[in-house]
Amino acid sequence: MTTTPVLKEAPTFDNRQDFADELIQLARADERIVAVCNDSVGSSNLTKFREEFPDRLINVGIAEQNMVGVGAGLANAGLIPFVCAAGPFLTGRSLEQIKADVAYSQHNVILCGMSPGMAYGELGPTHHSVEDLSWLRALPGLDIVVPADGDQTRAAVRNAVENPRPTYIRVGRFKVPKVTGEEVGLERGKFVVAREGSDLTIIATGTEVSRALWAAASLAADGISARVLNAAYISPLDEDAIAAAARETRAIVIAEEANVSGGLGAAVASVVGQLEDGARVPLRILGLREFAPTGSTQYLIEHFGLEAIDIEKAARGALNRA
Amino acid sequence: MLTADASQAAEWRSLREELLAGDASFRAGKLHERAQATRRSILEMISTAGQGHIGGDFSVTDILTVLFDAVLNVDPEDPRKDGRDQFVLSKGHCAAALYSTLAHCGFFPASELTTFMEPLSALNGHPNRVKVPGVETNTGPLGHGLPVAVGAAIGSKLRGNGANVYVVLGDGEMQEGSNWEALMSASHHKLDNLHVIVDRNRLQQGARTEDTNGLDPLDARLAAFGLEVRVIDGHDYNELIDAFAPSTTGSPVAVIANTTKGKGVSFIEDRVEWHHKVPSKEQTIQAFQELS
Repeated sequence: MTTTPVLKEAPTFDNRQDFADELIQLARADERIVAVCNDSVGSSNLTKFREEFPDRLINVGIAEQNMVGVGAGLANAGLIPFVCAAGPFLTGRSLEQIKADVAYSQHNVILCGMSPGMAYGELGPTHHSVEDLSWLRALPGLDIVVPADGDQTRAAVRNAVENPRPTYIRVGRFKVPKVTGEEVGLERGKFVVAREGSDLTIIATGTEVSRALWAAASLAADGISARVLNAAYISPLDEDAIAAAARETRAIVIAEEANVSGGLGAAVASVVGQLEDGARVPLRILGLREFAPTGSTQYLIEHFGLEAIDIEKAARGALNRA
Repeated sequence: MLTADASQAAEWRSLREELLAGDASFRAGKLHERAQATRRSILEMISTAGQGHIGGDFSVTDILTVLFDAVLNVDPEDPRKDGRDQFVLSKGHCAAALYSTLAHCGFFPASELTTFMEPLSALNGHPNRVKVPGVETNTGPLGHGLPVAVGAAIGSKLRGNGANVYVVLGDGEMQEGSNWEALMSASHHKLDNLHVIVDRNRLQQGARTEDTNGLDPLDARLAAFGLEVRVIDGHDYNELIDAFAPSTTGSPVAVIANTTKGKGVSFIEDRVEWHHKVPSKEQTIQAFQELS
């Protein structure tokens, strides 16, 4: 699905705000919507939700295993639970609950990993959620959605209510510009074509989408045509778009604010590596390979080579146009 | 997903009416017959499959029989009915006991029990709600059922549909921290529609609970977490029925059901090695006789 990106220069969106606004709007019309959190009313941006629906905000306290199990029980009682907690604790501490109680049980729980990636900068690797994509990709029956901006975050919330199914949504805190056009184009299991291009493809997710678009603009000035795919859905994976990128362009660069072991890049590599001769194009995977040192989110994005200029360099390298 | 056995369900419905009308000794006699039939099914399933958890199956059988035959508001022919009571078997390794109980209520044909743990059977070694009607959530890893039951009880309160939730845990399972997280939530939310039943057979896979990571005083611990505690003989049918009566304090109810692992078969009872040992042919015959 193609949309026209309107790329603004300044990062403006904390996706948690759009998440909360959309959730409240939908909750006014649909009594089934409830929120569950682990003492994270403020950090999950649920204060307004609690004011308006005090009974429908279930704060289990600092108890993530119970939190996810409670979510599964609420779903089985006919409700639509949005289980909200900082990404690292939601996915790390409760991984077995996500596996057994949500994915395997097929309880329609919407897991909302707040402030994912390295959004907690200086708080360090304990508070970074960069393993979530790897861990959760291994679970069949669980959708993984990584919205790239506020509008896509709203669309992810709407989709979850319209068609509840076991889902993990990364709800970003690190500010991003608007990268989607008028038509947000969030379709289950599909990448969004953020920019057409024919020389190479950049597949980016979440915070990296705007950086990929900047890189593509810079490459275009040098006569290199880069296709940019916004990987808003990691699971189910858009294998067709990946195969098309491999067949139609000469290289693929993947950028993710996540560990490269098992993340989006690994997913793309697994598809490309199994294609026919001639379609197995060179890949460059940008992401984390070690625990982060101390630094702000922006510092760490630069440290790990996840800025637009790094994507551009990787693209040139992959095309042998350094 | 397996489908209901309508004639078995009809039989079960009339049995429930009989139980309601009868006195205590009639009820106990009838429920004992049902439980022994369930134990015989379990024995056959495990003996045929060559695997299973016979000790815990037999300790929990009476609890399951009373819940399904005399307590739960469920409809085997409409297993996901909105507003139904929910039952969660947190000690999912005792799936055989749950499957034979469900089959005897007509949730699915009893003939299906012969497929227990066969390739592609709906009846996995641990229960799967996607395939087996009457299973509310997939269990197996310990410490999962109670949080889910707490969520269901909160959901029932929010929806105001009067549904009650019953969850059975193994006693060894109380060593899992997630259970204590969930107990805190249960009393915080005053879930008087929740019964937390501990199958207190005092044995876990490797040894006695008290020699492993002691649980006593379990009653005081549960009371300290805000539950209304009822300590009963988990093989006494009328005590079980009474224990499943509604909360009298507005708090969630904890039922410590003192049981014997392997109940009903002399050489299996209270022996740690029978956690998941499989009886030989001769032992199966002897066990069958003892259960008849």
